[in-house]
Amino acid sequence: MTLPFALSVENLGVELEGVAVDIVDDVTFQVAPGEVLGLVGESGSGKTTVGLAVLGHTRRGARIARGKVRVEGADILALPTHARQRVRGRLVTYVPQDPASALNPALRIGRQLDETLSEHGFGTAAERRERVVEALGEVLLPSGSDFLRRYPHQLSGGQQQRVALAMAFANRPRVIVLDEPTTGLDVTTQAHVLETVRDLCAAHGVAAVYVSHDLAVVATLANRVAVMYGGRVVEVGQTGVLFHAAAHPYTRRLVEAIPELSGAHALVGIPGTAPRPGQRPQGCYFAPRCAYAQDECLASFPPVAAVGSGHEVRCFRHAAVLAESVAARPAASARPAIEVADALVAVQGVNASHGERQVLFDVGLVVRPGECVALVGESGSGKTTLARCIAGLHADYAGEIAFRGTALQPGSRSRDAELRRTIQYVFQSPYSSLNPRKTIGQIIGQPLRLFFGAGGADGRRRAVEALERVQLGPSVLDRYPHQLSGGERQRAAIARSLVAEPQLLVCDEVTSALDVSVQAAIVDVLAELQRELRIGLLFVTHNLALIRTISQEVAVMSEGRIVEQGLVDIVLDDPQAAYTRKLLSDTPSLEAALAAAG
Amino acid sequence: MTEFTADAAAAETLGARPGRAPWRVLVGATWRQGRTKVGVAITLAIVAIAVIGPFFAPYSPTEFVAPPFSSPSSDVWFGADNLGRDVLSRFLWGGRSVLVLSGLATLFGFVIGAIVGLVAAYSRGKLDDLLMRTMDVVLAFPQIVFALILAATVGPKLWLLVVAVALTTVPRVARVARGAAVEVVERDFVRAADAIGVPRWRILFGEVLPNVTGPLVVEASLRLSFNIAVIAGLSFLGFGLQPPSADWGLMINENKNGLTIQPWPVVLPVIAIGLLTIGTSLIGDGFARASSGIERGGGERG
Repeated sequence: MTLPFALSVENLGVELEGVAVDIVDDVTFQVAPGEVLGLVGESGSGKTTVGLAVLGHTRRGARIARGKVRVEGADILALPTHARQRVRGRLVTYVPQDPASALNPALRIGRQLDETLSEHGFGTAAERRERVVEALGEVLLPSGSDFLRRYPHQLSGGQQQRVALAMAFANRPRVIVLDEPTTGLDVTTQAHVLETVRDLCAAHGVAAVYVSHDLAVVATLANRVAVMYGGRVVEVGQTGVLFHAAAHPYTRRLVEAIPELSGAHALVGIPGTAPRPGQRPQGCYFAPRCAYAQDECLASFPPVAAVGSGHEVRCFRHAAVLAESVAARPAASARPAIEVADALVAVQGVNASHGERQVLFDVGLVVRPGECVALVGESGSGKTTLARCIAGLHADYAGEIAFRGTALQPGSRSRDAELRRTIQYVFQSPYSSLNPRKTIGQIIGQPLRLFFGAGGADGRRRAVEALERVQLGPSVLDRYPHQLSGGERQRAAIARSLVAEPQLLVCDEVTSALDVSVQAAIVDVLAELQRELRIGLLFVTHNLALIRTISQEVAVMSEGRIVEQGLVDIVLDDPQAAYTRKLLSDTPSLEAALAAAG
Repeated sequence: MTEFTADAAAAETLGARPGRAPWRVLVGATWRQGRTKVGVAITLAIVAIAVIGPFFAPYSPTEFVAPPFSSPSSDVWFGADNLGRDVLSRFLWGGRSVLVLSGLATLFGFVIGAIVGLVAAYSRGKLDDLLMRTMDVVLAFPQIVFALILAATVGPKLWLLVVAVALTTVPRVARVARGAAVEVVERDFVRAADAIGVPRWRILFGEVLPNVTGPLVVEASLRLSFNIAVIAGLSFLGFGLQPPSADWGLMINENKNGLTIQPWPVVLPVIAIGLLTIGTSLIGDGFARASSGIERGGGERG
């Protein structure tokens, strides 16, 4: 008997233990052998919960309340615990987001791979050895005894993820769940890993569920895509169909929020925040944020409607959505032209080190008032170090960094208060840059008191003004960081920098910890600051697709050197450096993926 | 702007009430632990005995009321001690010294230890090494031996008892404070404060300290429990209050020879000291459980 589907999930429901609050409800999808299903959604949409449930597993505090997970026809949720454990790693395997935490740091690579096989009673030692070599070969890793004897920390992040992939494929499973396995990787490494996943799934007929928030990645990899919102699958369809002619308003908004290399479209964020478990409204969960919402949407959750072959959607208004052409995306607004002005900050011949290791080599860069310079590079290229040298957070450098013609001292504490005020730095992660024990009001009040002695009513007025600039209401002043979403936190962090009335804002990967819909809104806020307040921006990012939307100039960094810099359009359209070309071709792009898919 | 209003509305629904301060949440969660309630009840009872007990004492603690080691009777409820004084009266009078001395010693040791630990964590480098290695040297002396050496050189003085016990408390608190703070000083909000030039002491006490209160409070309760026992032990050895004062530690020492004929003058203070240490550590334990629960749950629950 052959089944059309290797994996079939039926009416899956996962709830919080004790309080019976649904995290995930009514999730149904199938995956055929050799097919890759992309499971996309923003943080809190329940995509990881579904990914884990496919293995019959939940995070602590949650339990699978309803539904079936059939692997080759057999419901693994009905199995007793020990039988389920035998299925895991044999029939269904898992590739985690962070391979460094998934591999045992105390065991050699060869031993760990061997254990995966012997745990499931695979052959003799010699046969296992043979399979290990084969599995490593498949993920394009060396399989010599020299490599097998290494410990995980001796491998790069990309190699670690490949080892995790090799472990997942070694037992020739029927189903594999990949939970954002390329999030921590560079674009080049990511491109290789994605290719490996696709090839292996096709070669061995493995059904893959690829959990990700990155639609561009999913577009390059997945055959079909399921979009999750508020713990439910709101739309499923062929990848091309879903991105070209989505029938759910949420899917359309998500697609609009993806930055594109061509920068032809304006980035449009989705206002509001996704409802958390326990706070989901009656009716369609997306209705409060939906432009198409009508009375019926508020009354009950829409049923599944088929709108094409294999294309299903849960929206009452799908006909109206489909009637509207996707091409109606707003075009990008013109970026402010570069004016000839004296440099705000000029970096010249800077060499910087972390201890013994030199990370910046003879770097030069200029940012003018009202201009945005994007600093692009992979992790470890030294872009954050350069940003920190300018902001005074990294003092170990030689060379000159001048601000309005005056040389800056290395280290913020040796600069005067005026300079500390005019150069502000926004950190990558708003989860770590806001003190969890202080209210947003106290956090924003700190620079106000320090630089202007502004407290009380005056301080509050200035704080509210800054919050308005980043599109937050005054009510957040009395909140603690943990009560805000990631996007709101990052806005609060930007507001903290704004109250200092800076002339230069150094933004270090400020959107990389956020969802795409939120990223678009943050980029919007920054562009407006640049236009209205004429603040100079240094926008550090690894995402090439973002820079055309926000910056006029770009500097590409690789291994501590700036390999190419110039106007964004010129550099992106006609890259001169081989490194820039490689970076461009490896960046996953929705447009390119869809064009290739025809 | 439509986006602004939509977002503000979303923020409004997100949590209509302004945030409860994290420490309030923590105190609430601590109180909800059953063990905290038991601990607080026990501690309050013993503290009440020590503080207001003297007002209810039937006799003066130094008055001779019955033959030595007489058994309990209707006049002397818990009998008489080795010199024929009322056991109950001496017990009611004898708690103050233990409580005050151990409280003071813990307070001083805790404050100095927390400062040393925070400064070490934040400064890193040479100052860190210097401070923490000094702490290690102090830590190398057993607590009682350290106090004995001090008492033997200067003589049995009460302030010396406090200083000795406080000094031995310092390194233990400092280690915990440093351990917790080392991770916090690496977080970006400390860097952010550094970058805009917030004074270092304000970073330490305004940014770092509020994030290490959990482990510090747990350590404080642990140290208090220990110090109660140590102070009682030192009084037992004769380095605390001198006869004829009433003191729990002293009572045990004076009456240990009559334990078989008249156990009460030993049993009462032993029970009180035991219960006190159990009570304070139960409170600390409740706090530890509550704070780890909150860390796991990621903020307020339900």
